[in-house]
Amino acid sequence: MSRTLQAPVTVAFDYTRSTGPVVGRFLSGLRDGVVVGGRTSAGEVVVPPLEFDPVTHEATTEFVEVSSVGTVTSWTWVPEPVKGQPFDRPFAFALVTLDGADVPLLHALDVSSPAEVSSGMRVRVRWAAERFGHINDIACFEPLAPGETEAAAPVAASSEPVTGVVTTVSLDYNYAASPEESLFYRGLNEGRIMGQRCPTCEKVYVPPRSACPADGTPTEEEVELSQTGTITTFCIVNVPFLGQKITPPYVSAYVLLDGADIAVLHLILGVPADEVRMGMRVKAVWKPKDEWAYSLENIDHFAPTGDPDAEFDTYKQHL
Amino acid sequence: MGKQPAAIIGIGQTHHRAKRLDVSMAGLCREAIDRALLDANLTLDDIDAIVVGKAPDLFEGVMMPELFLAEALGAAGKPLLRVHTAGSVGGSTAIVASSLVQAGVHKRVLTVAYEKQSESNAMWALSVPLPFNMPVHAGAGGYFAPHVRSYIRRSGAPNHIGAIVAAKDRNNALKNPYAHLHNEGTTVESVMASQMLWDPIRYDETCPSSDGACALVIVDEDTAKSSPNPAWIHGTVMRSEATTAAERDQVNPQAGRDAAAALWKQAGITNPIEEIDAAEIYVPFSWFEPMWLENLGFAAEGDGWKLTEAGETAMTGKIPVNCSGGVLSSNPIGASGMLRFGEAALQVRGAAGEHQVDGVRRALGHAYGGGSQFFAMWVVGSEKPTN
Repeated sequence: MSRTLQAPVTVAFDYTRSTGPVVGRFLSGLRDGVVVGGRTSAGEVVVPPLEFDPVTHEATTEFVEVSSVGTVTSWTWVPEPVKGQPFDRPFAFALVTLDGADVPLLHALDVSSPAEVSSGMRVRVRWAAERFGHINDIACFEPLAPGETEAAAPVAASSEPVTGVVTTVSLDYNYAASPEESLFYRGLNEGRIMGQRCPTCEKVYVPPRSACPADGTPTEEEVELSQTGTITTFCIVNVPFLGQKITPPYVSAYVLLDGADIAVLHLILGVPADEVRMGMRVKAVWKPKDEWAYSLENIDHFAPTGDPDAEFDTYKQHL
Repeated sequence: MGKQPAAIIGIGQTHHRAKRLDVSMAGLCREAIDRALLDANLTLDDIDAIVVGKAPDLFEGVMMPELFLAEALGAAGKPLLRVHTAGSVGGSTAIVASSLVQAGVHKRVLTVAYEKQSESNAMWALSVPLPFNMPVHAGAGGYFAPHVRSYIRRSGAPNHIGAIVAAKDRNNALKNPYAHLHNEGTTVESVMASQMLWDPIRYDETCPSSDGACALVIVDEDTAKSSPNPAWIHGTVMRSEATTAAERDQVNPQAGRDAAAALWKQAGITNPIEEIDAAEIYVPFSWFEPMWLENLGFAAEGDGWKLTEAGETAMTGKIPVNCSGGVLSSNPIGASGMLRFGEAALQVRGAAGEHQVDGVRRALGHAYGGGSQFFAMWVVGSEKPTN
């Protein structure tokens, strides 16, 4: 058995980027089937335009339409494309200096083998069928056959200036719990709450840490904790938000388990939210055993024991 | 060789808004930078080094934004550093910039901090559920609300203290043209009547979500001679502590107390409430005003709320706090700390406009971040420090 528990986690969000006037001008051009560069103070035409001039630092204000035909200045072959790349078949990434521009633009070049690419070859933009103001409005570059000129760009649906783009980010991680946390989650899968005692300060940590946060000592002594504890402090969450797993309102509370020296954050049920108190005695209420996993969620919530509240002095040092 | 004197001679900020859809991140930074350089009567060509700060990358989903921003920040051919200490980053970024001057490494350093919250959702970014864990996290408000409840219980403060802070800061913001919120007619009663979000924190007691940036030009003694009103740096301190440790005091954190003690010593201050004329304190949730008044040593433990209740933190009080409207009125997270530092400098320069307090000689700028885990603070003065 592996010492550590692991699980996949995906962090994903559709970010909304404001382009600003310069990049917006470039993207509006792509949407309209035109490649727009910006002229620098040195007189060079740069595609995409720079937001600010590298020498004078002034905002770029002079825009130049360049050709959608250009010359490959350098390239690299992508033999095994990965998710999110322009093609699912081998292709080239190429630096293409468009006619009328002074510096190259990086994009995909659709050829079937590296033998078909060379620096100096002539290429043209292949426009995407649907364009909305994004770098992918250029589907890719393609070799320019003798006698061919610019590819036609189908008319786009909108003509409003582009001011923003949506950038979808989705990151897949393999989340690995530490060996000590794994001990804790394995305990939960057996209906037990496990902590560790620091050999130096003797504080009992739950979940256990690899080292005591206060003095850095590695923690080894395992301690099984009581399933009963005291609410030190709490908040009532009334606000809904994106990604929320529990429907508000709910009470999120710090529960100091008997025998522990640090509180765990958990959900309080079995009592109206407005009757939850600091010092209230609560006990773990477990999900049915057949729903257990290696998770703190095995404890469905904490509920009042009905015992008298703990005295403030017994938990005030935990606030 | 000891520290070289350093002064702030340029301060710039954006008009903070919920959504600045008209500018890119680079454009937002440049608005603040261009105003700071204009104020300093310098250009980017005069700058030796640039220090940039912002809060977690997940807020805009751009990893290492300093890479693509380098050109817009005028950093080509110059040292560019990025600083990150969560919500306190604006403060620690300014301190890193000032240390480059105080160490004699550079003469003219530009520092800028920003956040463009409209590109994403900070609440989501701070509450990403992790495997094996209980998904009870609920953003910054959910994190801090239990500790506010602890403060109320420990200090015995009346329930309306948070509302006094919120009403004060929102009214102060009416005097600050750059502030995000300009909520006319905010009163203690209207704050108390607003929706309870993270009980005990009400809607009007929380900071907004803002797009904005702040920039400072920090220079050596020679360069400062060109300025009619430099804000001299009298002390800078940063301190950190563990996020979670047994019996860690989250109401009155040790790192904050230690930082404040070191700061007052550095600045030659023995009685902060008498010797500091204005303070810009990082208060994203109203109750943090009395909490930090105690943590900083303006009041004894448990007594911070009494200063608030007595009106002593109002512009006319003994220790005016957040005359700019504070984080409660503008919160471009990464820039919020630098705004506190910059607003403190504006006060000692006599350049705060309508929210200027008369005769400010020394002012405090303060920021905190993470789970009350990172602290950054400085004292600036109208006179060159003698130490």
